[in-house]
Amino acid sequence: MKNMGRYRGRRIRNRFFLSLSVLAAGFGLVWLALILGDLVWEGAAAFKPTLFTMSTPAPGFDGGLANAIFGSVLMSALAVLVGTPIGILAGTYLAEYGRHSRTAAVIRFVNDILLSAPSILIGLFIYELFVVTMGHFSGLAGAAALAVLVVPVVTRTTENMLLLVPNTLREAAAALGTPRSFVIRAVTWRAARAGIITGILLAVARISGETAPLLFTALNNQFWSTDVMQPIANLPVVIFQFAMSPYELWHELAWAGALLVTAAVLLLSILARVYEGKRGLR
Amino acid sequence: MVDLALSEQLAGTERITAVRRFGRSDARFRNLTYAAALLVFLIFVGIITSLAAGAWPALKTFGPAFFIRLEWNPVTDQYGALGPIYGTVVTSALAMLVAVPVGIGIAIFLTEICPRSLRRPIGIAIELLAGIPSIIYGIWGLFVFVPFFQRHIEPAIIDLFADVPVLRDLFAGPPYGIGVFAAAMILSIMILPFITAVTRDVFETVPSVLKESAYALGSTTWEVMTHVVLPFSRAGVVGGAMLALGRALGETMAVTFVIGNAHNIQESLLAPGTSISAAIANEFTEAVGTLYTSSLIAIGLTLFVVTFLVLASAQLMLRRLEQRAGGVSA
Repeated sequence: MKNMGRYRGRRIRNRFFLSLSVLAAGFGLVWLALILGDLVWEGAAAFKPTLFTMSTPAPGFDGGLANAIFGSVLMSALAVLVGTPIGILAGTYLAEYGRHSRTAAVIRFVNDILLSAPSILIGLFIYELFVVTMGHFSGLAGAAALAVLVVPVVTRTTENMLLLVPNTLREAAAALGTPRSFVIRAVTWRAARAGIITGILLAVARISGETAPLLFTALNNQFWSTDVMQPIANLPVVIFQFAMSPYELWHELAWAGALLVTAAVLLLSILARVYEGKRGLR
Repeated sequence: MVDLALSEQLAGTERITAVRRFGRSDARFRNLTYAAALLVFLIFVGIITSLAAGAWPALKTFGPAFFIRLEWNPVTDQYGALGPIYGTVVTSALAMLVAVPVGIGIAIFLTEICPRSLRRPIGIAIELLAGIPSIIYGIWGLFVFVPFFQRHIEPAIIDLFADVPVLRDLFAGPPYGIGVFAAAMILSIMILPFITAVTRDVFETVPSVLKESAYALGSTTWEVMTHVVLPFSRAGVVGGAMLALGRALGETMAVTFVIGNAHNIQESLLAPGTSISAAIANEFTEAVGTLYTSSLIAIGLTLFVVTFLVLASAQLMLRRLEQRAGGVSA
């Protein structure tokens, strides 16, 4: 009978801890659902068509986020344009040429550190590099900061995806006498294309909400500006400044902006998943 | 594209020049990828050098005492890093204290308890949430969490611990709403999906045979988790937690909104404070004078060194795990 008691004790303990983990799941999911719910609720309430046509207002005036949306899209596009080729080439080196070399091991390590390094420090770095030398804040500096964030993401995913390409493909191409660079460009890149695009989408998702690196590179601009050599408005910094302000109208715009950013990020992540799924089917 | 048929038709010298041209472009491409890889390394070196150069005036003026001084006064141009360092350490530690057990709990739920049909949707939802930018957590914290926290939770906590010796001082009023504790809570919610996603992935690498053997010996699910799954995946779980810690230490926006930006250290966790990243985010654009700017960069350098150490050890752990997994499958 003593054994039965011990058995019951084990079962009770099992029940207890498993209930705790169910509770943990409930607890975590409730917070996350609350955040998304509030975001949609507040953001939708502040949503209006003029968001896309009017620029950020002075306190007390009606306005939109058109200049900030444009600035964010412009800087993200520039960052992807610069960061993606570097990332793809670096990832190619790591996976194809330097797979087992010491240099590649060091670069792989450094890249992984950059991948999760605090983004505000990237902002400080670009501040020293661009803003100090140019003498003023600029959209260009903001784009550079974002590009520094794009590179490690693309490098990592490119390397991972190229490593998934079976070696027999490379060998088959090489057996035809194809030079190495052609093997890479015409065979392995092509085989890994969906995965590499996934990486780029994830990188865009990553930078579209980044605030900290833009605070002292792109700064902000209350007016419509397309000049990358000048400070430029962007959604994250506008959200930050408007939310911290005492004005009710600015708070509403901040919520609307937050909803836009989240929608963009989620859309990009889902798109990335769809692409990844496609690769699985092939 | 290479037209192989065409290159075969080329004869004699033409053929040789074509092969040479291939060779040259081959080398060029290789060098290009090498240059890109080196650039990644140069960015890393650039970050360290620029931070160190920017921090130098402050470190030279204040010496090692910079790290243990509390005073932060732009008027008298006196700066010490203790306040921000304290805020960063305390918010991250508290956030980890909450997020690690809850995150592991969710991972256990997802791998062992959750009905199979719900696993994928919940798993995907958590991965998507891990990608939501931190400013969203910040704005939600400021407008929704803090008012609620101030009105309902903080007074309750203060009352609850009013007679308990140590906790009385840690949770002393008045209820500001914003403060170190609120920042830590927001931070823990933010890193939660991250810890869950990594932990679940690591749990799924545990071979089913091991788990089934333990079940066959009559183990309960909890015993399988603690005696088989966790020991097997310990390195991965710790590595994932360290990655999350690295993220929490450097997190800026989720903290800046709600920590209160006060350069002081108070016994009460409910009081406003500051963290390294919040101080930089709030003050950098307004900082005038070399010493002020330099002091902010110096605390940034401190943050970089600490997160580097945390992330590097996380990677060593995860890499060892990867090698072992490779060894098992090979």
